[in-house]
Amino acid sequence: MEFFHTIVAILESTIRVSVPLIFAALAGLFTERAGVFDIGLEGKMLGAAFAAGAVAAVTGSVLMGLLAAILISVLLSLVHGYASITQRGSQIVSGVAINFIVAGSTVILGEAWFRQGGRTPALDADARFQTVTFPFADAVKDVPIFGPIYSNLLSGHFILTYVAFLLVPFSWWVLYRTRFGLRLRAVGENPGAVDTAGISVIWLRYRAVICCGILCGFAGAYLSLAMSAGFVKGMTAGKGYIALAALIFAKWRPFNIMMACLLFGFLDALAIRLQGNPLPFIGQVPVQLMQALPYILTVILLAGFIGKAVPPKAGGVPYVKER
Amino acid sequence: MSNPYAKLPAWAEYGLIPLVNLIVAFLVAGLVVLLVGENPLKAAYHMINGAFGRGEYIGFTLYYATTFIFTGLSVAVAFHAGLFNIGGEGQAYIGGIGVALACLWLDKTMPWFVVFPLAIVGSAAFGALWAFLPGWLQAKRGSHVVITTIMFNFIASSLMVYLLTRVLKPLGSMAPQTRTFEAGGQLPKLDWLLSIFGLDVGNAPFNVSFLLALLAAFGVWVLIWRTKLGYEMRTMGFTPSAARYAGMKEARITVIVMMISGGLAGLMALNPIMGEQFRMQLDFVQGAGFVGIAVALMGRSHPAGIIPAAILFGMLYQGGAEIAFEMPSISRDMIVIIQGLVILFAGALENMFRPAIGRGFATFGRRFPVAAQRGA
Repeated sequence: MEFFHTIVAILESTIRVSVPLIFAALAGLFTERAGVFDIGLEGKMLGAAFAAGAVAAVTGSVLMGLLAAILISVLLSLVHGYASITQRGSQIVSGVAINFIVAGSTVILGEAWFRQGGRTPALDADARFQTVTFPFADAVKDVPIFGPIYSNLLSGHFILTYVAFLLVPFSWWVLYRTRFGLRLRAVGENPGAVDTAGISVIWLRYRAVICCGILCGFAGAYLSLAMSAGFVKGMTAGKGYIALAALIFAKWRPFNIMMACLLFGFLDALAIRLQGNPLPFIGQVPVQLMQALPYILTVILLAGFIGKAVPPKAGGVPYVKER
Repeated sequence: MSNPYAKLPAWAEYGLIPLVNLIVAFLVAGLVVLLVGENPLKAAYHMINGAFGRGEYIGFTLYYATTFIFTGLSVAVAFHAGLFNIGGEGQAYIGGIGVALACLWLDKTMPWFVVFPLAIVGSAAFGALWAFLPGWLQAKRGSHVVITTIMFNFIASSLMVYLLTRVLKPLGSMAPQTRTFEAGGQLPKLDWLLSIFGLDVGNAPFNVSFLLALLAAFGVWVLIWRTKLGYEMRTMGFTPSAARYAGMKEARITVIVMMISGGLAGLMALNPIMGEQFRMQLDFVQGAGFVGIAVALMGRSHPAGIIPAAILFGMLYQGGAEIAFEMPSISRDMIVIIQGLVILFAGALENMFRPAIGRGFATFGRRFPVAAQRGA
């Protein structure tokens, strides 16, 4: 029973840490499927987290915080879009630039506006997301097996957590069952064909980039309005890159993305749990190895040793109309 | 189709356009300073004064510049072959192992000029090793070098935390760092170089690795424009299909270029480890690998551009510390913003002002055809 409770606790924190990964990886899915690579997920998430924290602190409204997060993240996406779609600059370079601009300006602006060492003020309960308790969650708590699963694992998360998991089938539906999704995927594989069909490649890619911005906004808002009560400098701490790794690990498919994010989240939760506790048979596993594992797994996958990750064919290439 | 822009004279291509991009980047940075409620002109004054106002400041500026020359060259070499090595950060970090091993082994018995060459070889070898795998994976397994080098940065960081907290740390010490090196592991300062100009280097850790950086810059120029490998690299960077058609071995070039790039990034470790701290500390690279991207973009991947670009960033780092001292609301994070803006405007948006400048030349050229011809 003790073991069972440990498992439930680890799975619970797995869900908690994988939510921002899911949002960000789905964000990446939309742009990369449209042929715009985005290593600026980290920066957009950080900018959104800051905007959410700052606006929620000033207005006291969690909704305004979320909206601000989305707004900033979409603006940053549009900068990326302008550089890489309109100006046909390097998508990688633009993503790197956005990461740096955000990393610096969140600290500078946060310090100038709030003077708390790059943090935004701690939020009251009203200004952040509340956890949702499912009906009868308290009543069934003591039922063996089912009780902890229902009341700890499924119930008691933030509303954004459920949004994230619902977005997975929704993204699948958008990408694979709508006209927009078909065109979006086509523009990532063969933009020339889409252009020939009389559809604007530029506008389609811009819409994909905006989708990415919206989802990164959710990721950032989750970090500063749900997971913690306010923005802390550098709070994304590489999550954007892990999301990118998850996106590749999932071979650019929505359901795989959810599984990859849960796997990476599980490794993270396990690493925290294992700190100082030796594993049976294996002994003490260095925490650093656990932390590096998502990246190592992604590299092994990329090397083609666990299936092959084939990126969208036109990814990373700016579209130039034949002249 | 590949180059939809009009050809500009060389001085505009390599001088005017980068300058315009740089100015725009700094104007936007000035806006951020305004937003914070400070005077950008005053900030600029503090920065320039803080970077060049005294011999010691100049020493610090050039110390930082040394680091950025190495990482800038590293990124530039890969750029020429059409590869984007974002892994300079991790390669430099791992390169530190080579420096630390050479120093820990010989610093008590040998003078610095014996340890230094070994440390050079060690740092370059370890840096190259860390770039070899991404290069090999791109060449043989088709995984994108950008993604793998990002992953390798994180793996390097975890590995170094492990090594510094468990393996390289002296017994009984709490701090995650190696022991302090004796005289053999300490590079001499270049105080004589600055004293030629009547400047006193003071406490600045400006050391011989600066000369090595200049040497490396020359070496990169020779490699890219005066060797067969360099020619093949550039061909591959311009048109991979042409390189393939000409029978150049893409896989081999990719791996070699990545290793050279990683080796240059690894050399960076000499400067902080043997030149300033005399020990290897946690996170000694401090983002220099990423600054290299900005430096290479600004210097247009040419050593003659990279050296001034590195000095500019050295100025930002040293002068930025001075601004932070004078204007508390502008911390050193301002440099990170400027770095990002330079990458954005000199890199991703490098063509933004090209049509306008091209139009300017077209009108100008029609009116003064002779001058335009000479310019071209």
